[in-house]
Amino acid sequence: MIEAANNAKKFTETTVGRNCRFTEKIAKSVFFLMTLTMVLPLLLIVGFLFYKAWPALSIDFVLELPKNGMRAGGIWPAFLGTLYLVLISLVIAAPIGVMAAIYLNEYAKENWFTRIINLAVINLAGVPSIVHALFGLGAFVLAAGLGRSVLAASLTLAVMTLPVIIASTKEALSAVPMSFRQASWNMGVSRWQTIRGIVMPNSISGILTGIILQVSRAAGETAPIMFTGVVFYKAIEKGDLLAYGLLDQCMALAMHLYTISTQVPNVPDAVPFATAVLLLGVVLLVNALSIGLRIYLRTHRKW
Amino acid sequence: MVAETAKLNIDGLKLSYGSKQVIHGITFDIQPNEIFGVIGPAQSGKTSMLKVINRTIDFTADAHVEGTVKMEGQNVFHVKDVYEYRRRIGMVAPLPVGLPLTIYDNVAFAPRSFGMKDKDQLDELVQRCLEQAALWDEVKDRLDTLGTMLSGGQQQRLTIARALSHQPEVLCLDEFSIAIDPVTTMKIEDVLKELRNEMTIILVTNLVQQARRLADRTMFLLNGDLIEVDETEKIFSGNAQETKTNEFVSGAFG
Repeated sequence: MIEAANNAKKFTETTVGRNCRFTEKIAKSVFFLMTLTMVLPLLLIVGFLFYKAWPALSIDFVLELPKNGMRAGGIWPAFLGTLYLVLISLVIAAPIGVMAAIYLNEYAKENWFTRIINLAVINLAGVPSIVHALFGLGAFVLAAGLGRSVLAASLTLAVMTLPVIIASTKEALSAVPMSFRQASWNMGVSRWQTIRGIVMPNSISGILTGIILQVSRAAGETAPIMFTGVVFYKAIEKGDLLAYGLLDQCMALAMHLYTISTQVPNVPDAVPFATAVLLLGVVLLVNALSIGLRIYLRTHRKW
Repeated sequence: MVAETAKLNIDGLKLSYGSKQVIHGITFDIQPNEIFGVIGPAQSGKTSMLKVINRTIDFTADAHVEGTVKMEGQNVFHVKDVYEYRRRIGMVAPLPVGLPLTIYDNVAFAPRSFGMKDKDQLDELVQRCLEQAALWDEVKDRLDTLGTMLSGGQQQRLTIARALSHQPEVLCLDEFSIAIDPVTTMKIEDVLKELRNEMTIILVTNLVQQARRLADRTMFLLNGDLIEVDETEKIFSGNAQETKTNEFVSGAFG
């Protein structure tokens, strides 16, 4: 009888159990709300941008040159300029960053020298972009004699993104379990072959994600490029993909957006918004390329 | 002379990690085609000893090795091509490590990295290794699925197949059975009995009965010291020379 009573007691609700479930509910809802606060503004911003930009958006807007002192026409020079800057800086920073990270994570021995390098990488990643801009102005524009040019601006962007690419690549590489490497070494496979055959395939998604994030940053930054190669207006051929030479000055979307919204009076409302939509579009385009590459690597892997 | 025909001579081997010495000078040799059992409780330096033997200790930055390890008379720390040397030794780790590759590629990875390209040759090698590891029948229809999807026991046999893929002369097994079930363990033990005709086997185990079942000679390591090495029967007879050995194999400690 007593036992039966005890058993029944086990299944009745206690205060502790009730409190427990209550806090569980609260915790779950709070975390869910936090997720919403992240997603909702994003949707609102994108929606608002498109709504405001709608009257100006068209293929011609992308391909035309700005007219009437930026108040009409398109934004082709800025669009193309941003594409150039992002791609060139990426071509420079990504290989150097990835290779440096491979050295630091796979080969470097733990000593004062590598510790200093690691410290430098982390600190460089935290340097404000305007400081990079001044560095670029001094090093590339003046000292290296590149002048204010696409190349100087791209190099500056590359210097800015490099430390973050190194840090994120290192992170991705160190996430590959040590036991994979040991298994490979045990079979008499060399370090480089292990990196190529085992470590890289298993970290490539993480590496690419790190690089993608830096692409978005490079496309959106105004400070590093405004001193090093980007100008207010540059006339080029409409729709010409190869309009800029490496040593030409160029326009860029971020800078263009800044000038038409602050420096030029009486710009129709839709133009800055359409520019912003395109800036977003460029970022998404490069991201899509990287995602495509990731999928390609995953399905076509030969390892 | 025993030393001349030995597969491996280990002479006065000392190993320290930083200032901490883990192996205090051990000397023994391993004969060709024998199963050499190594027993001892945790922290006796068993795994470290294997790392010295296949020279993956090179990858541990603060490790310091003294003494000599000779394979067929040649000092392994003076070999010209360390990768070539490591291929002569197969290593099976305690926990199965399925590389995130297909089953086929798991086995073909090492041969490919030494330049074996011919498809037929690779196919044949993969099949032979998987057969030797008693895994072929279970996986022959799904060689292109991921090796990591196999069960623990199958992955351990895959690991063995991989260790065989570079056609080693010495096969080192480091507590291969701690993560797998008894049935698979017995399967692998049968495999080892077959393999001893082709190669020398170093069997590090913390199951003393396993050493008893398989090993020709057994070595007892304790805290980095070699307590005793002798015929397996002698070690387990209860009349071993050292009382510590008798106590350990009878389960008094460890």
